[in-house]
Amino acid sequence: MTSQDEEVLGKAYDARLMRRLLGYLRPYKMLAAGALGALIGGSALQLAQPYLMKVAIDRYIAQRDLSGLNLIALGFLGILIGSFVFEFLQTYILQYVGQRIMFDMRMQIYGHLQRVDIQYYDRNPVGRLMTRVTTDVDVLNDLFAAGVVSVFGDVFTLLGIMVVLLTMSWKLALVAFSVLPLIVFVTQWFRRNVRESYRGVRLWIAKINAFLQENISGMATVQLFRREAENFARFDAIDRGHRDANILSIFYYAVFYPAIEVTSALALALIIWYGGGQVLAGVLTLGSLVAFIQYSQRFFRPISDISEKFNLLQAAMASSERIFTLLDTPATIVSWQPAAASRQLVTRDPLLATIGPLPADSCQPGHILFDHVWFAYSGVDFVLRDVSFEVKPGQRVGVVGATGAGKSTLINLLMRFYDVSRGRILVDGVDIREMELGRLRALFSLVLQDVQLFSGTIATNIRLGSTLSDDDIRRAADAVHAGAFIDRLPNGLASEVGERGANLSVGQKQLLSFARALAFDPRILILDEATSSVDTETELLIRDALKVLMAGRTTIAVAHRLSTIQDMDRIMVFHKGELRESGAHQELLGQRGLYYRLYQLQYKDQEAPETATVPLPPRLGERRQFG
Amino acid sequence: MFAAVRRLLPYLLRYRRQFLIGLACVAVTTGVSLTSPWVLRHAVDDLYAGVTRSKLLVYSAALLGIALTGATFRFLMRRIIIGVSRQIEYDLRNDFFARLQLFPLSYFQARRTGDLMSRATNDLNAVRMTVGPAIMYSANTIILFVAAIALMISIDLRLTLVALIPLPFVSIVVRYFGAAIHKRFERIQAQLSDLSAVTQEALSGVRVVRAYRQEAAEMERFGRANREYLEGNRRLVRLQGFFYPSMSLFLGLGSLLVLWLGSREVIAGRLTVGGFVAFNAYMVMLSWPMIAFGWVTNMVQRGLASWKRMLDVLDAVPDIADPAPGRLVVLPQVTGAIEFRDLTFAYGGRPVLEHVSARIEPGQIVALVGPTGSGKSTLISLLPRLFDPPPGTVFIDGVDVRDLSLAQLRRAIGFVPQEAFLFSESIADNIAFGIGGAKAADPERIQWAAGVARLDKDVEGFPNGLETMVGERGITLSGGQKQRAAIARALLTDPRILVLDDALSAVDTYTEEEILARLRGVMRERTSIIVSHRVSTVRDADLILVLEYGRVIERGSHDELVRLDGFYAELYRKQLLEEELAAS
Repeated sequence: MTSQDEEVLGKAYDARLMRRLLGYLRPYKMLAAGALGALIGGSALQLAQPYLMKVAIDRYIAQRDLSGLNLIALGFLGILIGSFVFEFLQTYILQYVGQRIMFDMRMQIYGHLQRVDIQYYDRNPVGRLMTRVTTDVDVLNDLFAAGVVSVFGDVFTLLGIMVVLLTMSWKLALVAFSVLPLIVFVTQWFRRNVRESYRGVRLWIAKINAFLQENISGMATVQLFRREAENFARFDAIDRGHRDANILSIFYYAVFYPAIEVTSALALALIIWYGGGQVLAGVLTLGSLVAFIQYSQRFFRPISDISEKFNLLQAAMASSERIFTLLDTPATIVSWQPAAASRQLVTRDPLLATIGPLPADSCQPGHILFDHVWFAYSGVDFVLRDVSFEVKPGQRVGVVGATGAGKSTLINLLMRFYDVSRGRILVDGVDIREMELGRLRALFSLVLQDVQLFSGTIATNIRLGSTLSDDDIRRAADAVHAGAFIDRLPNGLASEVGERGANLSVGQKQLLSFARALAFDPRILILDEATSSVDTETELLIRDALKVLMAGRTTIAVAHRLSTIQDMDRIMVFHKGELRESGAHQELLGQRGLYYRLYQLQYKDQEAPETATVPLPPRLGERRQFG
Repeated sequence: MFAAVRRLLPYLLRYRRQFLIGLACVAVTTGVSLTSPWVLRHAVDDLYAGVTRSKLLVYSAALLGIALTGATFRFLMRRIIIGVSRQIEYDLRNDFFARLQLFPLSYFQARRTGDLMSRATNDLNAVRMTVGPAIMYSANTIILFVAAIALMISIDLRLTLVALIPLPFVSIVVRYFGAAIHKRFERIQAQLSDLSAVTQEALSGVRVVRAYRQEAAEMERFGRANREYLEGNRRLVRLQGFFYPSMSLFLGLGSLLVLWLGSREVIAGRLTVGGFVAFNAYMVMLSWPMIAFGWVTNMVQRGLASWKRMLDVLDAVPDIADPAPGRLVVLPQVTGAIEFRDLTFAYGGRPVLEHVSARIEPGQIVALVGPTGSGKSTLISLLPRLFDPPPGTVFIDGVDVRDLSLAQLRRAIGFVPQEAFLFSESIADNIAFGIGGAKAADPERIQWAAGVARLDKDVEGFPNGLETMVGERGITLSGGQKQRAAIARALLTDPRILVLDDALSAVDTYTEEEILARLRGVMRERTSIIVSHRVSTVRDADLILVLEYGRVIERGSHDELVRLDGFYAELYRKQLLEEELAAS
């Protein structure tokens, strides 16, 4: 659930972060001001209660003034109703503003995630990004809803009590305040330890969750390998750790509350001892003493509240730090901006001068040119080295090579999921970095090996967010042979897919993704490993659908299974990031090179001698390229 | 509900001594704290009448002493009762997990992992709140309530009766709002989970979203879910906004009545000022039990609902278990002979296998071929009893697999599934999973298994070699690497029977070829069953079974089947044709 880096708690207050956070409050500043007003009004009314008691005792009970008492009771009732209104307004407005801010923040984070480079997704697992959108934002909600504004309320109450006490009797007030250092000390001790132990408990809970998740998902494996006892022992250890961490934290709570109680009793004892003396001496009225006692009892709540908010603040700082880090990650792959680009183009490519004139037909729609392209996901660990090739409009090109040869990277670069390190890629005669991003991607349809379905119906999965009509969708589905299985589903095109809907087989998902690709009617089709393991029957269906899909389009297909691409116009063989061979199937076989060897390996007879001695492409440390 | 509570009792009774001591502490601390307004009463009265300073010191000391005693026992109470609740939580969670380990695959397929996890964490926590804080606060509430009211009556009966009028409303408010808030809260949780699902989908499928330029559409979809979540929260907030203020309102009304009537009593001379002050103090003390009462009932209600959800799991009987002692057969040694005898098997009401019969001699290699959904995977999953075959249909060494202990049965079988599941441990630990982890294993054996599965080359490229962690805290393996790790894992247990369920589907052609060459030697030493789509993979098998719609439609060696000119021959011709077309 959470990895260790999520657990690091930073400092409690960071002015820079706080200023930025408060910026989110700006659109709601009138509401926030209203809440603050209600808060102050509420605290003031709270403060008035003991004072009424004092007046009642000193003035009316002592004078036996019944009508005065009625007046006091009436005042008390007014205070109650006023408090009710203020408290409601304050809670409602604050929570509502908090929620609105969370809404805004989620939209902002999510919007940013739609823009950041794909590379960001390679570095950050989806789970972590989801935490930013959900959990981290919720932590901030607590800050806005219960924190920022109500701290003002607590401080106001505290100051109010102090002022009232000092006015009633400054000497007695100072005596009562003498317990304050004790409270601060106890609270500090508690806060420090509870924070520590809370962090411990959270770590254990994360461990329990991770362990359960893994063991439930992999229970069949556990059982097949008879690991029940061993895994139970491991679970027991984690469970015990969780229990002990919790029991430790009980200790702090068990000490804290009674300690605060004793401190408050100490204050009471001091007030009675010293204040009682003053009453006897006639310096203080009995009513004042009673009010003093009541005020001193109310003193403790805001203090422990404030210390609670301190923890909140700390968690919020950590969350906002993570959120802002995400928001501050710039998107480097963006649509062409003429002003910035004209300068860059000259500086970024020293090799540009060596490139010859463009091929004559390079400006025709559907033309692709890789021009001395180099690429590294990081540093100088090049995955593509000086790759140049041309794909003419309507040409169908297959790409083969062992895992890590750089095949998928080609697609990443062409779609501008990443930018080339050196060289350039031209589509329709234009450097893709000088095109509007949306226009570039509109030229392609991409079919990936792991078909991504979204929750929704078959139709919405083909249509995605576009305005294609049901007829368009139907036609596309029929054309790629997906119509037959769709008709067998309970609601046809309107059948739900995904967790709650029909379970589609790998082959069916594949056909669905073909229908999607076809419905968008692209000029260029890009296939990545489109035919993985399906049975022969389905494979034939898929192969036929592919023909439909490729008709009249420039196609680049990446595949392991050579059978799918051998009737392509041209096959490119990649090895260690270089384009080693290129030509039609028969030509390449004739060359007796890499392709011949790959081909042999796939179809060679079982009785052939051990070929393990053939030095084949070492993997360039397989990286996550797709999915 | 009674039955559910009875099921919880043994867990509580295990700690009855601690509970009794804890409850005694509750009684002491509550009793002691009740004396403090009493002292206040006398102090104020004495002040009213005039008193010496030394007596004031006695009162002060008494108040402090009372607080210290109360605090000590409050500390013990919390420590003991909450501590026991954590202990019970630990017991329950262990029992829960132990129970989970007994369930067969079908149990987990019918349920979502998240749901089971939530029972072991969220529900368990609700149960713990019931056996810990709920018991503690109930005891505290009852004692405080009864004693405080008795003391208030002793001060002034009439005033007590009037003062108590608003108090039940507090409980009602807590109870009503508590339940309503809980309901809305659950709705919000569901909305949050929708929001998460939308996010998860769009972020996992980021490449598709970008490639098809769906950023704006995704924003809109997210915006909708986000707005719904906002609206849900707003409804909750409105309720919460009413909840706390109305609670203080009713509590305040009690104080108001006391103030108004009490002061009249004082004036009338029926009540002393000290009594009046003490009465007020008791009112303040009573407000807590009133809140706690509503709160505790909600807690208990939620706890019982959660406990029932846990019992669903704890009381479920695993379908697949060791045979009854009378039927148990212990084989001195498994030789690896397998027989399917007129096996018919249905899953979810649908027949998956019909009248399948086959004999496999020890040391044979048998291949299963057939289209997707023909029952190949089901057939082999009956062998280690991942699903249970009907009695008298599946035999190992002539013994019904249902009569063997699960331990012996599964030890004899090395099973490599199509979708390999690896644990977030080191690669070495994963490979040695079946023999107690890497610490218990011979490093050379691990190297050997990794070599046969052709994982060795990959491992060289990993940052820490075999010690590299798999999963979120380590590296992400490709589908093919996972499959190969799973093969190595099965090999290391040195099983008598090796089962490969399309276990090379994600491995590239070259590597698959290498692995098969290396596996051949390993397979000769044991009985092997291979499921595959590809003729080249299975043509060397001693026996090939062709399945279609759950029936064996053809059987024999490669040559025999080709001569038979049926499904297999057709499949072979198709693949051969491709080969020839390609070679021409």
